[in-house]
Amino acid sequence: MSDEIRRHNEDLASLDKDYATRYGFQDPVNYFHKGARGINHEVVEMISRMKKEPAWMTELRHAALDIFTAKPIPKWGNSELLSEIDFENIYYFMKPIEHQQSNWDNVPEYIKKTFDRLGIPEAERKFLGGVSAQYESEVVYHSMREDLKKQGIIFLDMDSGLREHPDLVKKYFGTVISTADNKFAALNTAVWSGGSLIYVPPGIDVKVPLQAYFRINAENMGQFERTLIIADKGSRVHYIEGCTAPVYSTDSLHTAVVEVIALEDSYIRYTTIQNWSRNIFNLVTKRASVYGNATVEWVDGNLGSRLSMKYPCIQLMGEGARGEILSVAFAGKDQHQDAGAKVIHVAPNTSSRIRSKSVSKDNGRASYRGLVKVHKNAANTKVSVECDALLIGEDARSDTYPTMEVDNDQVKVEHEARVSKVAEEQLFYLTSRGLTEDDARLLIVNGFMEPFTKELPLEYAVELNRLIELEMEGSIG
Amino acid sequence: MPDQKALFEFNDIHVEVDGKQIVSGVSLKILPGEIHAIMGPNGSGKSSLSNALMGHPDYAIMSGEAFLDGRSILSMSADERSRAGLYLAFQYPLAIPGVTVANFMRAALQAHRGKDADMSDFRKLFKAAMKALLIDPSFATRYLNDGFSGGEKKRIEILQMSMLNPKMALLDETDSGLDIDALKIVSEGINRFHNDSNALLLVTHYQRLLNYVKPHHVHVMIHGRIVKTGGPELALKLEELGYDWVEAEYAQGTGA
Ligand SMILES: Nc1ncnc2c1ncn2[C@@H]1O[C@H](COP(=O)(O)OP(=O)(O)OP(=O)(O)O)[C@@H](O)[C@H]1O
Ligand SMILES: [Mg+2]
Repeated sequence: MSDEIRRHNEDLASLDKDYATRYGFQDPVNYFHKGARGINHEVVEMISRMKKEPAWMTELRHAALDIFTAKPIPKWGNSELLSEIDFENIYYFMKPIEHQQSNWDNVPEYIKKTFDRLGIPEAERKFLGGVSAQYESEVVYHSMREDLKKQGIIFLDMDSGLREHPDLVKKYFGTVISTADNKFAALNTAVWSGGSLIYVPPGIDVKVPLQAYFRINAENMGQFERTLIIADKGSRVHYIEGCTAPVYSTDSLHTAVVEVIALEDSYIRYTTIQNWSRNIFNLVTKRASVYGNATVEWVDGNLGSRLSMKYPCIQLMGEGARGEILSVAFAGKDQHQDAGAKVIHVAPNTSSRIRSKSVSKDNGRASYRGLVKVHKNAANTKVSVECDALLIGEDARSDTYPTMEVDNDQVKVEHEARVSKVAEEQLFYLTSRGLTEDDARLLIVNGFMEPFTKELPLEYAVELNRLIELEMEGSIG
Repeated sequence: MPDQKALFEFNDIHVEVDGKQIVSGVSLKILPGEIHAIMGPNGSGKSSLSNALMGHPDYAIMSGEAFLDGRSILSMSADERSRAGLYLAFQYPLAIPGVTVANFMRAALQAHRGKDADMSDFRKLFKAAMKALLIDPSFATRYLNDGFSGGEKKRIEILQMSMLNPKMALLDETDSGLDIDALKIVSEGINRFHNDSNALLLVTHYQRLLNYVKPHHVHVMIHGRIVKTGGPELALKLEELGYDWVEAEYAQGTGA
């Protein structure tokens, strides 16, 4: 945590202190369209028709629904919790307003207030190149700086993307993550709505981050955004997403699919900070294909939710490709963060680095589930995996499930896994300097998170530290 | 009842670790402006006493009393004792990965001043304190004691003391691990800190620290007891003769 961040933290100290008041509010809404609960081919047809989609997409959706129905609930992760999801009780499509806005003033007051409270327009003014704000199923506000548009950069919500760039979408959609990849990817493909489409032309460096914000407001809502990012040869882009939802007594579902394509010599960083309320099932499939000498970095922060299952994946397809996955998970009371990473080395001279950090508190459980696969042809590859778990309290739990499949012997693999507790000696050292035990513990946790936090833009680092502080409040030793 | 003149006073302190008695009835009275030294063989209980006085939960004080500025401290938590003006420079300072020296120092000073206190002078103070101890500015952004050499850690302990400005500082073997130049720099730092209204209790094995930081009283601790007290000359004698004669003398005196 840098000095600067601490000062920001101090500025923010006056904000409300708990999730329920900061993010947990809910808006009474008259939706433009609110479908019925449950999922079937009629729902799929209705979504596709409302979006006036090309026939190939409608067909893809129907086929995906059949695959979703046919596939059983996964046996890994936390199948017990997964089987609690009542798919018939979920709303699969809610359209809050008829037309998306690009002028903040025209966004309906209640939605504006929501995003105002979450600090979205402010962040846009300060440091972002483009902003997309999704409320339930659709993006309600979208804007991008003119100079970026002129460079030929595409940053649209996925619905508009499909309308305005059908060939681009058709070329790449579902090529990194096939419909049948897993049950939840199939579900997303059947009912997807919103998300972002980004295309950066060859050689263009998008110097300011592009950001999307996803907000679930309604109870039992399912949010199924679909994101596709293509960085053409030699280009660079940083995309950031943030997510929140109100506190309800019954569950909601967030099932996104993110496909990232880094063509030769390009660079993509994808940063996520999600802070779901504790009734959200967060089941996300994220995967990147990285071509010759290109780099993809997933920076992935997971807080909140009831159950998160998320394993950002990198496929190193071209020689010299590089991938990095840096993730943190915070599992508080009654939460299970099943997070991890996958790297697949297909081409020679590729390198990957996985760093996973987790904090478990109370009876929270954080799991690291990792896969590293090195294909026969992938000579001279470098793999480094580092897992760090911090436990707070006697009931906290952490487990690691690393898998390595190496079919080439010219590989350098490093693997480290550590589990530590907040040590009494460290606490004593800090309290002997006047810090209360709670502050001491928070400082230790922030320090533990620092390798992650320092990778974030300042505003996000500040926000993450705030969120950790909320999570830590009232923790037992 | 505490002595009104004493800055720090403890009486008949008994300390247990894991149910084993380590310190067996130690008393000391320290007046404002005084420097005391405790010497004694390895394992005699010097660090245990210091830890217990600072409020380490593993070092249970089974009986006895302790007063800082006339206030009883034994019911206070470690952080309360710190904010009341007690400081312990650790024999083995702990590393806190990911927390920079600057941020830690800011948090500690904020804790002492109060949550809402103005901290705008922090950078200036911190820089000056680092400079006075010839600590390279790069240490500000290094993680606290993480990979620091033994001597560097000790210097950071004195840095913290100079920033927090306690009334009563317990320095547990701050001289161990310091090279000749560092010993001088650290000693000067201790002397700059010391004034008529605060006090020091030095735990040390060596006379060389006491050449720089001159104690008024020297105590010898053996087997959890203070068995002898004298002036600065006692330290010189110990340096020359070791502890055997003190032990023998004490055994005779108690008839043991
Ligand atoms: N946390 C602990 N757990 C178990 N035993 C302990 C603990 N701390 C101290 N002891 C024991 O108590 C006795 C006194 O130890 P202490 O560290 O207080 O000695 P010391 O006088 O500071 O020695 P040194 O000069 O070597 O620093 C030793 O026998 C030591 O092993
Ligand atoms: Mg000791």
